Amino acid sequence: MKRWLGLYAAAVYLFLHVPLIILAVFSFNSSRFTVWQGFSLHWYGAIFQDPQLAESAWNSVIIAVAATILATIAGTLCAYGLWKRGSRMLTGSLYLSLVTPEIVMGISLLALFQWSFRWLHWRMGLHTVILAHVAFSIAYVVIVIAARLRTFSPTLEEAALDLGATEWQAFRYVTLPALLPGIVAAALLALTVSFDDYVITSMVAGVDSETLPMVIYAMARRGASPVINAISALIVVVFGGLVLISERVRES
Amino acid sequence: MTGGGAWERLRAWFLLPARVWMIGLFAAPFAIVIAYSLLTRGAYGGLGQPWTLDNYRRLVDPLYLEVVVRSFGMAAETTAICLVLGFPLALFISRSGKRKNLYLQLVILPFWTSFLVRIYAWLFLLRDTGLINTALQHLGLIHAPLPLLYNDGAVLLGLVYGYLPFMVLPVYATLERLDPALTEAAADLGAKPWPTLWHVVLPLSAPGIAAGSILVFIPSLGAYLTPDLLGGGRTVLIGNVVQNQFTNARDWPFGAAISVALMALVGTLVLFVLRRQRGSLA
Repeated sequence: MKRWLGLYAAAVYLFLHVPLIILAVFSFNSSRFTVWQGFSLHWYGAIFQDPQLAESAWNSVIIAVAATILATIAGTLCAYGLWKRGSRMLTGSLYLSLVTPEIVMGISLLALFQWSFRWLHWRMGLHTVILAHVAFSIAYVVIVIAARLRTFSPTLEEAALDLGATEWQAFRYVTLPALLPGIVAAALLALTVSFDDYVITSMVAGVDSETLPMVIYAMARRGASPVINAISALIVVVFGGLVLISERVRES
Repeated sequence: MTGGGAWERLRAWFLLPARVWMIGLFAAPFAIVIAYSLLTRGAYGGLGQPWTLDNYRRLVDPLYLEVVVRSFGMAAETTAICLVLGFPLALFISRSGKRKNLYLQLVILPFWTSFLVRIYAWLFLLRDTGLINTALQHLGLIHAPLPLLYNDGAVLLGLVYGYLPFMVLPVYATLERLDPALTEAAADLGAKPWPTLWHVVLPLSAPGIAAGSILVFIPSLGAYLTPDLLGGGRTVLIGNVVQNQFTNARDWPFGAAISVALMALVGTLVLFVLRRQRGSLA
């Protein structure tokens, strides 16, 4: 049985990884067709010459960084507060936000923003995208930090309080430093989730806030292009690296 | 725990940002959607009075009922295939000793890279001028490209590919907690590996299988991007209808009614599993 299981597992691993490997290999193909014609970095050069790609990538970075900072702060504080004493409403809504279909979250946020335009003189743009991204990233941050807190003993804080620290000081100087690896891991996760999102972003983005996934989507709709292969390979390498770092940090 | 009024005040401040965000950008938007689902579509796609339940009645229109049935079927097939692929993989990982973490990371890695990129990878492989068709033509096996893309099969493939890790991780978690003494006892009593797997390991991993199935079923049911890109508009699922009502069709009340129905369903499924497991999904 052991051998069969190993073979089966190998086949499933191939299914998971081969499509991405092929995608990356063909980003180095000198031909634009799916026939191997020789090694070339032509398509990587093409990425950097496309102003639309550069602009959308920059938008994605701004959005992801801003949303990550906000979601990490809100999520960390929330996880700590919930660790002290749970709140069914808040925990329930966080879980619900995780399982809400993206398209439903997208149209609800679109409805909210459109509705707010009656009173607020603002338009869809980077800010609406950031607000939306924080909304769906908080739950991820809370889950990662909560997992870390489960292994943290409350006696350390109690000791600090006995020695005269205030509740805030106990959090700031005892718990927070211990949580740091979890916070870093959570932030990297939020960054990945935010940078990758297409469905919700496309509903709440304005004309001047196109993100990288939106441009990739539009290009993919028009048909495959080796340029998408090249961007995809870069994304996989950068974010794959981030996830590996995050795993390392979380284990430490 | 520490208790006291000072701590309670601090906790309230700590929960405030997340509360504000979840109320303002999760609960409130959905409340608006519920309200819209009860309104009437006005001229030029606007919203108007009177309040009505007509949008919900349209859900049972044969045209949309077909979409609902197809989405359910597709989500059920995705879940079944993920189970068939994922359970043995989880079993393999749980029995691989020191290499466990490495094998686990190999499952997680493609999962966290980029959903869009992973869908695009299949677009690249399956299209008429894609790798599979080009290779088959070069080998002289086929003369015209096979229609691999823009059909139900391609969408199913994309959904399985996208959500397989959701099945593997919870199943692995239950297998990992399984007491090895149980399988040893079965072996001591003369059970062969396969019957042990079927009669001992499989029933005991039911909670993980249930959690994994829900985690695969729910996003498959509400999928939008996968059917959109790999189905090319030919395989329409619930998610695509919602998107269409809010963009091209400009019938927000109807789109809102579908969303509310979908959320009601998702909520019920999650509650059902949480009740049975008395624990958390994560």
